[in-house]
Amino acid sequence: MNGLLTLLVLLPLAGFLVNGLLGRRLGPVFVNVVGVGLPLAAFGVAVWAWRILEAGGGEPLIETVFTWALVGEHVFEVSFYLDRLSAVMALIVTGVGALIHIYSIGYMKGDESYARYFAYLNLFLFFMLLLVLGRSLLVLFVGWEGVGLASYLLIGFWFQDVDKARAGRKAFITNRVGDAGFLLGMFLIFTAVGTLEMDQINEAFAGGLIPVGIATAAGILLFIGATGKSAQIPLHVWLPDAMAGPTPVSALIHAATMVTAGVYLVARMSGVYLEAPAASTLIAVIGLLTAFLAATIALVQTDIKKVLAYSTISQLGFMFLALGVGAYAVAVFHLFTHAFFKAALFLGAGSVIHALNGEQDIRRMGGLSRRIPWTSGTFLVATAAIAGLPPLAGFFSKDEILWFALASGQGGAFWLWLLGSVTAFLTALYMFRLYWLVFLGRSRMAPEVAEHVHESPWPMTSVLVVLAVFSVIAGWFALPQYLAPLLPAPDLRFDWPILHWALIVFAVLVAVAGLVAAGVLYGNGGRRAEAIERRFARLYRVLAGKYYVDEIYERLLQRPWLWISDRVFLRLGDRILLDGSLHGLAALARRGAEVLARVQTGSLHWYAWMTLLGLVAVLIWMWRYV
Amino acid sequence: MSEALALNLLLFLPVIGGVLLLALPERRADLVRGLAMVVLLAQLALAAWLYLRFQAGVPGLQFETRLPWIPAWGVHYHIALDGLNLLLVLLTAFLGPIVVAGAFTSITKDVKLFHGMVMFIQFTMLGTFLAQDLFLFYVFWEAMLIPMFLMIGIWGGERRIYATLKFFLYTAFGSILMLAAIIYLAHTVLSADGTPSFAFADLYELGLGVQVQTLLLAAFALSFAIKVPMVPLHTWLPDAHVEAPTAGSVILAGVLLKMGTYGFLKLGFPLFPDAALLATPLIMTLAVISIIYGAGLALVQDDIKKIIAYSSVSHLGYVMLGLVTYNLLGVQGAIIQMVSHGLVAGGLFLMVGMIYERCHSRDLADYGGLAKLLPAYSVFFMILTLAAIGLPTTSGFTGEFLVLLGAFHSAWPQFEQGVSYPLVLASLAVLGIVLGALYMLRLARRLLFGEARAPVAGLRDLSLREMGILGVLVLAVFYIGLFPNDFLQKTEQAAMEYQERILAARDGEVER
Repeated sequence: MNGLLTLLVLLPLAGFLVNGLLGRRLGPVFVNVVGVGLPLAAFGVAVWAWRILEAGGGEPLIETVFTWALVGEHVFEVSFYLDRLSAVMALIVTGVGALIHIYSIGYMKGDESYARYFAYLNLFLFFMLLLVLGRSLLVLFVGWEGVGLASYLLIGFWFQDVDKARAGRKAFITNRVGDAGFLLGMFLIFTAVGTLEMDQINEAFAGGLIPVGIATAAGILLFIGATGKSAQIPLHVWLPDAMAGPTPVSALIHAATMVTAGVYLVARMSGVYLEAPAASTLIAVIGLLTAFLAATIALVQTDIKKVLAYSTISQLGFMFLALGVGAYAVAVFHLFTHAFFKAALFLGAGSVIHALNGEQDIRRMGGLSRRIPWTSGTFLVATAAIAGLPPLAGFFSKDEILWFALASGQGGAFWLWLLGSVTAFLTALYMFRLYWLVFLGRSRMAPEVAEHVHESPWPMTSVLVVLAVFSVIAGWFALPQYLAPLLPAPDLRFDWPILHWALIVFAVLVAVAGLVAAGVLYGNGGRRAEAIERRFARLYRVLAGKYYVDEIYERLLQRPWLWISDRVFLRLGDRILLDGSLHGLAALARRGAEVLARVQTGSLHWYAWMTLLGLVAVLIWMWRYV
Repeated sequence: MSEALALNLLLFLPVIGGVLLLALPERRADLVRGLAMVVLLAQLALAAWLYLRFQAGVPGLQFETRLPWIPAWGVHYHIALDGLNLLLVLLTAFLGPIVVAGAFTSITKDVKLFHGMVMFIQFTMLGTFLAQDLFLFYVFWEAMLIPMFLMIGIWGGERRIYATLKFFLYTAFGSILMLAAIIYLAHTVLSADGTPSFAFADLYELGLGVQVQTLLLAAFALSFAIKVPMVPLHTWLPDAHVEAPTAGSVILAGVLLKMGTYGFLKLGFPLFPDAALLATPLIMTLAVISIIYGAGLALVQDDIKKIIAYSSVSHLGYVMLGLVTYNLLGVQGAIIQMVSHGLVAGGLFLMVGMIYERCHSRDLADYGGLAKLLPAYSVFFMILTLAAIGLPTTSGFTGEFLVLLGAFHSAWPQFEQGVSYPLVLASLAVLGIVLGALYMLRLARRLLFGEARAPVAGLRDLSLREMGILGVLVLAVFYIGLFPNDFLQKTEQAAMEYQERILAARDGEVER
C-alpha cells in the first residue's frame, strides 16, 4: 500500500505534537493513550509493511514524499526505502520502542513532566524511523541529528540538576564532532557520485568506477560520524554521562536503538566499505579496541547504570568488529539480539533503582533476588544472554562475530579473534559481577532503603518478562541468512567446520570461565576481589578513572579553546588590536585637531602669509607637473 | 493592480504611513501603534502577493519601474524585483509588523517618533534592496543609517553615544570609499558611451581592467564588509547591539546586516568579476575566520545580547562563504542563510528583549532554570537556539547545509588538481557547526536549565501577543527548514546569472 512508510514515520510525530501541545492539560490517561498507543500502532504498521515486503519477495519498497530542494540539476528528495535491513531496524525500533513506552507508564508515574516525557520519547521514535527508513543520506542525517536532539532533551530531562543538563550538552557536542565528519563524508560522496540516494551510491561504488582513495576517505569520514553516535573511541565519552537521563531512556536510546545507528550506517553503506579495505580495517581495530577497553572499565564501575553503559559501548565495539571484517549481516544480528538483552538489563536496572528509591550504587545493594524476584529472574536471563551462554541470544551472535574475526577473507586475523575472546571473557566476568553484587550475597542496603524494597508494578515487570523471553529466543532467528541477499557473508580464509565447532566450544568455556571467576571473586562477600584491588591499586585507579580520557580532552581541547577565545580573540584581538587601534586613531585625530586649531589664531596677518604660501606651493606644483 | 505599481506602493507605504503618523496626537500611543501596525501589515500583504506573482525561471528583472530622476547625470528612479532581492524584500516586510508588535510595551518614550523611525527604516531598507540604479542605491544606503543612529541614540542603553559614534565612524568610512568608487564608475561609463548612466545593467557590461576592478572592489568591499560584518571589521556590532533597543537589534540583525552580503551578491562581485576571482581566497579565508572567531567570542560572553551579536558574525561568515563558491548550491544556500539568520537572530533578540523587560538584566549569571519559571518562553527559546545551531528541519540547516555542500563541491575539484587550501577552509567551516553548538547550548544551559533563578520574583510567562509574534517566526523557521524548494525555485535564475557573470570572467581568463 502506498503511503504506508510515511504513515509509519508520522504516527510518533503526531504523538509528539499532541502530547507536547496538549498533554499537560489533558492528564495522564490521555497522555498514555496517545504516547503509548501511537508507538504500538507504529509497530503494527511496521509489521504490516514488513509483510508486504516479504510478499514481494524482498523487493525494496520506495516511497517518495516530496522534493526538499531542487538546486540546478541536483535533486534532494525526501523518500523512504524499506528493504530487509531497514525492515529489521524498523521492527526493532518500534517493537522495543513500544515495550519501553509501556514500561515508562510505571516508571515515570507521578513525574511532574509526564506529558513532556512521552512527547520527547515519541519525538525520538519519529527521528529514529526517519533515520532507518530514509533513502538518502540526507534524510538519514536529518534523523541522525534529530535523535541526537531527542537524546539531548531526555538526558537533561530533569534539567534542574545542573549536572544532568551538562551531560546532555556533552552528548550533543560530542555527537556534533562526529556529525561534522558525517557531513564531510556525505559531501565527498555527493561530489564523487552526484547523488545522496544510498542504493544508488552503493551501486556506483560496487560498479568500481569510484577510485579507492575516495571510497577510503568517504568510509573513514562516515565512520567518524558513527563513532560519535555509537560511542566508539575516541568519541565514546558522552555515553556514560548520558545515564543521567531516566532509565527507560537509557534502555531505548542509549542501548537498544539510537546508539546502534552507526552500525546501521556502515551496514547500509556496505557498498562503499567493500571498496575500502583500509577503512574497514580501521573500523575493525577501533571496534575491537573499544570493546576491550570499555569492558575493562566496566569491571570496576560501581554505578549500576555505568556498568551497563560501558557494557553497551563494548558490545557496540563487537558490532563494529564484525562490520570491519565484512560480516555486515552478523553485525546487524548482534544489534538485534543486543537490543533485547540490553533493554532487559537496563529496564531491570531501572526496576532495581525504582525498588531502592533511586539508589544506583551497587556497593549499597545485594541480596535482592528474593525481594524482587521478577526483576532478578529476568535480569539473570539477560545477563546469561550477554555473557554468551548457550542457547541464549548473545551466544549465537557473538560466536558468529568471533568466527568471522578469525576466518573472514576481508581482514580476519588471529589477534582480532584472540582479543575478542578475551573481551568475551571480561564480558561474562563484569556482568556476573554485577549480578552478584546486586542480587546475591548479603544485603548492604541502608536500613531505611531495605525496608521499602518492593517489586515494580505490572507495566514494568511484564515488559521485563517479554524482553527476557526474547533474550532467550532472539538468537534462534537466522538473521544473517535472512539478510544474505542484501548483505552477503564475506568469503572465508578457511572453511573448516571442525575449527568452527571447536571455537564454539571454546567460546562457551570462556563464558563459563567468566561466570566462575565472578563467583570466585565476588561470591564470598567480595573479599577476594578487594584483595586484588589492593594488589593492583594503580591499575584499578586507571580503570576507575576511565583511562582519564575526559580529563585529557578537557586539557587538550576544552581549555585551550576557551583560552584562545578569551585571551586571543577577545582580549588581544577585539579589545587591544581592533578597538585599541580605533581608539588610538580617534585620539590621534583629536590631538591633530588640537594642533591644527592652534593655527587658527585669528590674526589676519598670519592668514595672509599662509594664503600666499599656499599659492606659491600650487604654482610650483603646476609649473613642475602640468 | 499591476505588479509594478504594487511594488512602488510597497516601497512608499511606510512614507505614507509616516506622514499619517504625524497627524496623530502624541498622547494617543495606541493609535500610533495601531496605525503603524496596519501600514506594515498591508506592506507585508503586498510583499506576499508580489512573491506569489514572481515568476520562477524568468531571466532578469521583474515588475520594473524606470523613470528619469536626474536626466543630466543619467540617474533613474529604477526599482524592480529579481531573485536576489525577492526573499530579502519579503523578509524585511515580514519583520516590520513583528518589530512594531514587539515594541508594544517596551517603547513608551517618544512613541510617535519611534514609529516614524521604524517607517523610515523600512522605506530605506526596501529602497536599497529594490534599487537597480547605483545612484539610487547609494542614496538609500546612506539614508538608512540616519534612522538607525537615531534609534540607538534615543532609545538606547547607557553607552549609546559611544556605540552610535562607533557605528557611524565605521559605516561612514566605508561609505566614503564607496562613493569615490561610484564616481569613478560613472565617469568611466560617461567616457565609454558618451551618455551617463548608473543602471546596474550597464555597469555589469563595463569590462574594466583587472587592476581598476581590484581598486574599485576594494572600495565597495570595505563598505560591504563593515556592514556584514566580517572580521576584522566587526567590533562596532556588539556595541551597537548591546546599546540598541530591542526593535533596533531586530532590525539590525534581521535586515541591516544583509545589506552587506546583498551588496557583495548584487554589486561587489558581479560588477568586478575578475577582481572577485582574485580576491576569492582572501574572502574565503576571512569568511572562515569570521565563522570561527565569532563562535569563539560568543562562547566567552556573559551578556546575552553580545552572545547573539557575535553569533551573527559567525553565521554571516557562512553567507560569505556561500557567495564565493560561485556554484548554485553555495549561492542558493547563502541566500537562504541570509533569510534564516534574519528570522533566527531577529527572534533571539526579541526574546532577549522580552526577558530584559521583565528582569532588567542581560547578564547570564543572573539567570537559571527558566524552563521551570517560564515554560512557554523556554520552548520558543530552545527552538530558536536549535535553529541557530542549524539542526535539520529548521531554516538554519537548509542554509548551512547548502553553503557547506557548495563550498565542498567547489573545493574538491581544486583539491584534485593539487590546490588543497579551499578544501581545508571548507572543512574548517564544517567544523564550525561544532563550535556553533558549543556557545548556543552554553547559553541555553545557563539560561533555561539548572536551578530556577531570576533577578525578579513572580515572573509571568509569555503573553498572547508575545506568543503570537514568536509563533509566526517559528513557523517561518520550520517552513524554510522543511519546504525550502519554493524559495529556491524563485531565486535560482538570479543565482545562476550571478554565477555565470563571475565564471564568464574566469573562462575569459583561461582563453587569454
